[in-house]
Amino acid sequence: MKIVKTHLLTAGIAVGLVAGAAGSAGAQTIKIGDINSYTRLPGHTVPYRRGAVLAIEQINKSGGVMGKKLELISRDDKGKPGEAVKVAQELFLREKVVLVSGSLFSHVGLAISAWAKRNKRLYIAAEPLADALVWSRGNKYTFRLRPSTYMQAAMLAAEAAKIKKAKRWAPIAPNYAYGKDAVAAFQKVLKKLRPDVTFVGAQWPGLFKIDAGAEVQALAKAKPDAIYNVTFGSDLAKFVREGKLRGLFKGRLVVGLLTGEPEYLDPLKGEAPEGWLVTGYPWYEIKANDHATFVRDYQARWKDYPRIGSIVGYNTMLAIHAMLKKASSTDTEKMVAAMRGLKFKTPSGPIMFRAIDHQSTMGAWVGWTKLVNGKGKMINWKYLDGAGYLPSDAEVRKMRK
Amino acid sequence: MSTVLSVQNLSKAFGGVQAVEDVTFAVDAGEMRALIGPNGAGKTTCFNMLNGQLKPDSGDVLLGNRSILGLPPREVWRRGVGRTFQITATYGSMTVRENIQTTLLSHHRQINRMWTAARTLFVDEAMALLEQVGMVNQYDRACGVLAYGDLKRVELAVALANDPQVLLMDEPTAGMAPRERVDLMALTAEIASARNIAVLFTEHDMDVVFAHAHRIMVLDRGRLIAEGAPNDVRNNEMVQEVYLGSGAVHGVGSA
Amino acid sequence: MGELIVTILTGLSSAASLFLVAAGLSIIFGVTRIVNFAHGSFYMLGAFIGYTMVQAIGGTIVSYWVAVLIAALVVGLIGVLMEILLLRRIYHAPELFQLIATFGVILVIQDVAKEIWGNEDIVSPRAPGLDGAVEIFGQRLPEYDLALIAIAPMVLIGLRLLFYKTRWGTLVRAATQDRQMVAALGVNQRWLFTGVVFLGSLLAGLGGAVQLPKGGADLLMDFGIIAEAFVVVVVGGMGSLGGAFLAAILIGLLNVFGIQIFPNSTLVMMFLVMAVVLVFRPWGLLGKPETPAATGTEIPNEPLRPAVPMVKVLAGLVLAFLIALPLLQELFPTVLDPFVIVQANEILFFVLFAAALHFIMGPGGMVSFGHAAFFGGGAYTSALLVFHFGLPFELAFPAAPIGAALLALIIGWFCVRLTGVYFAMLTLAFAQIAWSIVFQWTEVTEGDDGINSIWPSDWVTPLVLYYLTLGLTVAGVLLIRRIVFSPFGYALRAGRDSPLRSEAIGINIRRQQWFAFTISGAFAGVAGALFLYTKGSIAPTSMEIARSFDALLMTLLGGVEALAGPVVGAAAFKLLEDLFAASEYWRGLMGITIIALVLLLPKGVAGFAQTGVGRRLGLSRAEEVRA
Ligand SMILES: Nc1ncnc2c1ncn2[C@@H]1O[C@H](COP(=O)(O)OP(=O)(O)OP(=O)(O)O)[C@@H](O)[C@H]1O
Ligand SMILES: [Mg+2]
Repeated sequence: MKIVKTHLLTAGIAVGLVAGAAGSAGAQTIKIGDINSYTRLPGHTVPYRRGAVLAIEQINKSGGVMGKKLELISRDDKGKPGEAVKVAQELFLREKVVLVSGSLFSHVGLAISAWAKRNKRLYIAAEPLADALVWSRGNKYTFRLRPSTYMQAAMLAAEAAKIKKAKRWAPIAPNYAYGKDAVAAFQKVLKKLRPDVTFVGAQWPGLFKIDAGAEVQALAKAKPDAIYNVTFGSDLAKFVREGKLRGLFKGRLVVGLLTGEPEYLDPLKGEAPEGWLVTGYPWYEIKANDHATFVRDYQARWKDYPRIGSIVGYNTMLAIHAMLKKASSTDTEKMVAAMRGLKFKTPSGPIMFRAIDHQSTMGAWVGWTKLVNGKGKMINWKYLDGAGYLPSDAEVRKMRK
Repeated sequence: MSTVLSVQNLSKAFGGVQAVEDVTFAVDAGEMRALIGPNGAGKTTCFNMLNGQLKPDSGDVLLGNRSILGLPPREVWRRGVGRTFQITATYGSMTVRENIQTTLLSHHRQINRMWTAARTLFVDEAMALLEQVGMVNQYDRACGVLAYGDLKRVELAVALANDPQVLLMDEPTAGMAPRERVDLMALTAEIASARNIAVLFTEHDMDVVFAHAHRIMVLDRGRLIAEGAPNDVRNNEMVQEVYLGSGAVHGVGSA
Repeated sequence: MGELIVTILTGLSSAASLFLVAAGLSIIFGVTRIVNFAHGSFYMLGAFIGYTMVQAIGGTIVSYWVAVLIAALVVGLIGVLMEILLLRRIYHAPELFQLIATFGVILVIQDVAKEIWGNEDIVSPRAPGLDGAVEIFGQRLPEYDLALIAIAPMVLIGLRLLFYKTRWGTLVRAATQDRQMVAALGVNQRWLFTGVVFLGSLLAGLGGAVQLPKGGADLLMDFGIIAEAFVVVVVGGMGSLGGAFLAAILIGLLNVFGIQIFPNSTLVMMFLVMAVVLVFRPWGLLGKPETPAATGTEIPNEPLRPAVPMVKVLAGLVLAFLIALPLLQELFPTVLDPFVIVQANEILFFVLFAAALHFIMGPGGMVSFGHAAFFGGGAYTSALLVFHFGLPFELAFPAAPIGAALLALIIGWFCVRLTGVYFAMLTLAFAQIAWSIVFQWTEVTEGDDGINSIWPSDWVTPLVLYYLTLGLTVAGVLLIRRIVFSPFGYALRAGRDSPLRSEAIGINIRRQQWFAFTISGAFAGVAGALFLYTKGSIAPTSMEIARSFDALLMTLLGGVEALAGPVVGAAAFKLLEDLFAASEYWRGLMGITIIALVLLLPKGVAGFAQTGVGRRLGLSRAEEVRA
């Protein structure tokens, strides 16, 4: 039966030995656990880590915090919640990190959050967009940096509401929670602002499995005035190409959630859509808040330009730094207390972690896409502070129960 | 003697090939009856209809005086029809004795027990059956490594395990050395008469057939062309023609 | 009118690339009987290499298509490399063992592709000369769609000419139909196999390259296409090119019309089609029933014997170690950190999961590609009971095996009608259907966000949970073992070794298999519930294909023939994962290790006991060789 259970024995001991050795080395640093989907979606998560590493290096250069340096320990969650929980345990139990941060997928973020609550550990979610993370399933130990699905959809809806001729809307979104939330939020806010709009013929392609020709056909059949796009990544590329060829976008307003983020817009190169109203990250034009310095440093460090993930990663580490300074302790309860209402400066502007729901007020850039020198760019953009696109305190309280 | 198995107007076609056509016969208890015929004559097809593996196009099969038509093989077996196959079908990953034990467990309706080790059940009965077919000293060998002749013996023991009234043996001695063949059939004949079992067997080795069959039937292209005592059949002109005509040489036993 | 025509043409064009990939898969399977999971990776490589070639030389119409063909050829050669270096050495391993080798290849290719082509999705340029759209009754259709619609039948005709007009093709056809025939080919067999893998891989590469103008290349393409390709092959009928063509078109059309009528159906459509086809036409639309030789195990397993003393001692030692682990950890915290318990815990429930699968796969001879349905089914049973009805742990936990068993009872009823690869694919189809229900029925299941914060009662501390997991896993493994040695287990093995004989001695094989399938589902459900209560969360990812394959890989890696296979395999697999977890290249490392293990131990890691060395070490009895 169990010949290799002996392997468990030897390997268990071996692994333990390695861990023991590693564990004793890092007493002079404060370890930050970083969990992200590095193999599942490297196009998004690698820029994130680069931003985070840059921030850590800068923080350490300027003396670290509490007399110690910060150390970032990265792990791949493989896009699976179960794996993420295991990795969180490894980071705390073996690597002795003081908190974990990161993650991109909502189901992964939610699982880490539930684990953090149970085990009373601090989790600073960076990118997962699920509204539930801070609202219906929010908890004391979980904070989130990036503006959520609701916030970004609300920003777009507010802008879209100003365009009077767009009355008949057809959404297309990947068939999973993010897509559904994004459509629901957009619909809710837009209908509140414009009772005259209707929504028709929603399309739900499988994530990264879009049959773009068929979807475009189906959308065209609904004869909408405007299209609300939530697809991204390879789905977006296929959708845009097929839609252009088949004339879907002609004479129609298109609004794209996240479409302006370099992660999604840049791979399209010369085929990037023009005249879409999008949220994104016009890193090339943002000058306020020393953002240009951030871009310069980032490019110097990585020989590459920043993506939205980069700024989120960077800001996440800034948040941790600010929090540790405020708490001047690595005790979880004290760190949590410091996180609540934490205010700090970032290249994207000042941010606060709201005490009421642990959502940060980091905002998003909303603008119009245009081809400039054969590349998709955002023009006429503005930065919308997240604080203005959150539900009322009463609503939040009700959701957080 | 009483008729155990009777077959009435059995027919079966595969697409355009009429494999068995209007075959009628009966087998008595204690009788050894051979079904011979050249390759492709329809012998195996006939057997397959007798034990429920194939559904005949028309005709009937009676066990005693009840029709067993349409019953699945496992039901036919429960009613006392044992079978060996032209190409042996045993459990390669089990030992010889385990093959018999599995059969006995099924026979005694204990096959769904989930706790007791099967290896410890019906040991004596299994050994007794192996004794009968002369496989006792190989009881612990895996069937997957046995010589072909030994597998045939195991199959015989398996077929005997449920105290059958009828034994269908499709080329029981194929692949055995000539000496072994005669021995095995002698053994079969002995058991059949002792237990009063009706044995229907096909065989290409005419020595075996003429040495042991009480009656012989000859099948040609699906039709029974002769039936009778060995001597009558031997002298039947049509039979000789069929055998010579089809190119199969009389008395040559390779399958 | 125009709308209808354009919709149909759209469906046909999306069928083209799928057909190419599926045709390649079908050809490879038909001759070598290898379920080549790496086929999706070849498709992905076709896209990446195609992109690179097009960038390099594909400026004009002619050179563009030359670039596409070069990409296909290169991928074909990569296939040959895999065949010669890897597959050729393990053709004689037990059925499906090659599957893990191809899985190792997938992992390696993923890392290699990431290194070469980077992290970002690649959007490929349009094909020169076909970069516009044509107007059909006022509806626009991309020109390239018309090209795709033409390519598929051209390839089909080409393949038919190859198979019916050349000697090589005749051999391939004969080999597909008759396995004995392959063996009789002797020396030629090698080159036949190599040639077939070349052709199949080339088609996969071509499929990847021709879809470039419809999208591009990205690192998720490999897993994206493989399930679909299998669906097409199975729906069409294994080894039937015409069938694959028909099935690809059928699925292409169903997709375009399906999303117009049920926009939500995108996830489940093709698996529903496959389930329906297999239930009514068990061998696919144009397939032929598998010959017994193709389904039965060709080399019989050794008889199962009670463990030899040496193995008993080893097992006892390991068990003692696991029991003492928490204590040892406290005593020697510098050697064993607390995470060791977490690792052991995780290994344990995967051992149980793998053992559940092995029960039907080894003794039962039924390979399930969809066992995650029961793992997830068990976990979701508990989670939903807690979430909706607030059931306490003490009630919700034991409900898991019941829920999973019920699910297995339903799914099994359909599946046991089939055998071999068709059985496997039907389990996959049902698992995908179960998955998509969980995924989409948000009101009840919370969709893909999953259900969070499901924790055991307070008395179940992590330590108690560890012992609970240990206890249940050991009990489960021993119980399964007991069943395998019981009359029920013998009947199950009997059905695997010789369905013919079993039926002829009164064993109702289907019922036996059905019950075994259900029992296996129940054990998988326990593993799932342990997973749930350890992690506190459950999401549809725990029901997806990858999770099913985890169990499959563990079982195969350990060795299907050995009862210890799943135990050893799960432990080895998880330990390797942990070992490489901190590395950015864990996939490549894992892939290479798997390939090495496959080559060194073709009977699986536990199969080592049955090698000459293993026997001399007293790990198993001396066994005679085949007469
Ligand atoms: N399943 C089947 N499908 C189609 N034809 C079949 C099938 N089984 C048998 N046949 C055909 O039916 C005829 C009778 O075959 P059968 O196997 O019964 O002959 P047989 O007398 O047993 O021959 P042999 O002495 O070679 O065993 C043959 O022509 C055979 O090709
Ligand atoms: Mg025959």
